[in-house]
Amino acid sequence: MTALERPRMSFWKAVFLAIVAVGLVLCYVRFTKGLGAVTNLSDKFPWGLWVGFDLLCGVGLAAGGFVITATVYIFHIERLRPVVRATILTAFLGYILVVSALMFDIGRPWAMWHPLVMWNPHSVMFEVSWCVTLYTTVLFLEFSGMIFEKLKWPRAMKVQHAITLPCVVAGVLLSTLHQSSLGTVYLIVPGKLHALWYTQTLPILFWISSVAAGLAMLIFESRLSSKAFGRQLEMPILSEAGRVLAAVLGVYGALRVYDLGTRGMFGQALDFSYESRMFLLEFVGGLLVPFVMLLFPKVRANAKWLYGAAVLTILGFVTNRLNVSITGFEGAQGGTYLPSVSETLITVFFVALGFGAFALGVRHLNIYPENEEKHGAGTKTAKPEVGSAIEATAAAPVVREMATAVRIPTA
Amino acid sequence: MDTIPTAKSRAILFDMVRCTGCRGCINACLKTHDFKGEAKDTTELSATAYTAMRTEGEFNVRQMCRHCVTPSCASVCPVGALHKTDLGPVVYDESKCIGCRYCMVACPFNVPRYEWNSPVPAVRKCDMCIDRLKEGKPTACAEACRFGATVCGTREELVAEARKRIAEDPDMYYDHIYGEKELGGTNVMFITPQPIESLGYKAKLGETPLPNLTWNVLEKLPGVVVVGGAALSAFWWITNRRDEVSAAHAAAKHDATNGGTHKASGENDHDRA
Repeated sequence: MTALERPRMSFWKAVFLAIVAVGLVLCYVRFTKGLGAVTNLSDKFPWGLWVGFDLLCGVGLAAGGFVITATVYIFHIERLRPVVRATILTAFLGYILVVSALMFDIGRPWAMWHPLVMWNPHSVMFEVSWCVTLYTTVLFLEFSGMIFEKLKWPRAMKVQHAITLPCVVAGVLLSTLHQSSLGTVYLIVPGKLHALWYTQTLPILFWISSVAAGLAMLIFESRLSSKAFGRQLEMPILSEAGRVLAAVLGVYGALRVYDLGTRGMFGQALDFSYESRMFLLEFVGGLLVPFVMLLFPKVRANAKWLYGAAVLTILGFVTNRLNVSITGFEGAQGGTYLPSVSETLITVFFVALGFGAFALGVRHLNIYPENEEKHGAGTKTAKPEVGSAIEATAAAPVVREMATAVRIPTA
Repeated sequence: MDTIPTAKSRAILFDMVRCTGCRGCINACLKTHDFKGEAKDTTELSATAYTAMRTEGEFNVRQMCRHCVTPSCASVCPVGALHKTDLGPVVYDESKCIGCRYCMVACPFNVPRYEWNSPVPAVRKCDMCIDRLKEGKPTACAEACRFGATVCGTREELVAEARKRIAEDPDMYYDHIYGEKELGGTNVMFITPQPIESLGYKAKLGETPLPNLTWNVLEKLPGVVVVGGAALSAFWWITNRRDEVSAAHAAAKHDATNGGTHKASGENDHDRA
């Protein structure tokens, strides 16, 4: 973390460019020689790192997009409004990267549009592909306001502004379907997925844990941005997110324990077999510890500790998704799967692109409130309807005043 | 979902008691599909081996697609590239496939194979010689078998035949037709000298077709969308109304300073109407 605290941009740029160069070479190999040339995927493990991490985690970590827009636009919890832009940017970039990673993972990416015309409503994957398509479109519409603002296109902003609420409602519904359906995908393999993870409640567990992951990402990104660009959210907002995160983790953990208990799985969970150890890593390290940490107001008020809890939550989430998609299959499939070096590097390539795009966004668009103050000060009083493009059409003036008050930079 | 096996659909019965391990079926399958492999080396399924045989103790264990009555692979395919034909076989249409490989993950028997080293890969599995079936001929493997160990016929006929063989020689057979009821039934059925789990086949599969597990959730989704959409809109209306009321109170107090914001309230009224 010391490197981040004193960002040496030239060094990180060099790392970034090296990763991109390697990624492009591997991209060429992947599309000319096939999946076998770059991955350790096999007939026993047809899905690996790209599905387990790039797809399942990518979508989950983008969940802040629907959680925060719902909180602010539907439930009018205005103190979280300064967070909206960062989460929409994250979600939009997240989905773009998920779609890009899918282009690598699916065998025939040129046929990616087929589910739009060749319907099979019995397939969860059919639902997933429609959710990805529609929600990426919705996220683009939500994100476009920031671009229009940068380009100073007031008319486009007005149109974008007018469709914000329908977009938010559609986004929440599509996200709920998408997050849960990634769990539903695994309901058809009761004989293959280990009973520690196979449960009828997978869709609900996937949905709740994605909410936690989205909130944790918010805290995580804000800290990184503050280190890299000196732009971040104020502690009261982050503490608030930490408080909500504790509640979500509590509900998720309780449901997980209840589910394991009703299925009589406590013995297997604690027998220290390979699966049990992976489960405990996920459950204790990535759920119990951050949950207990976040219960303490002192942790929530301290930037470093809060960041630590968020990182643990994210790691726990990633472990859970990899357990469901990989660990849980190893017993039944009789073998182990570890991603190849090339496979891992391609994932690193996508993550690097994600970080790069987020950095570009923070630098050039009006993402974090310090920035917003600078740009928004003039428009706020004179022309409220072309102020911040993401501001709700529905925001009442008094509430808007409140939100502005919260946004006063700490520095 | 249709879970009743059609009696007249085509099926295959593999009788492990009668099998001598001559591998005539494997050889016929390789030849029919122009695959290069040798029958004696074909012990595992692959993209160029739609059936395989390995030995488990003194027994010959044949592997192939079971052509489930309610196939998981066809149910999970987002584009319907795999589908169950009325004739019996579960067939694959390469031109539809997007390569998501959910069929491979979902198959309870781990049958579908992938062309991992092709830039234009496809899923590969037994098609039960559907072209031969259409001409009224048996599958290549059944035609090649000289011992009646692999037989082709209607599902109804083969279930009756299996029962007859078990009844006539109860000492030689384990009294169970593997595939008659498993997962809602399959069009490829096995009769064996021992319980199937001792022969390396997946056992304890239950009699419920697996696609029901996902359909139970999928069928609820339209309801979730309608109820969820209505609930979100209702929540928005309530919170918005509450803000408007408090805004109106505030506006009454600060009339002079808040000129621009009256317009915002007006827009909201318009939105609601």
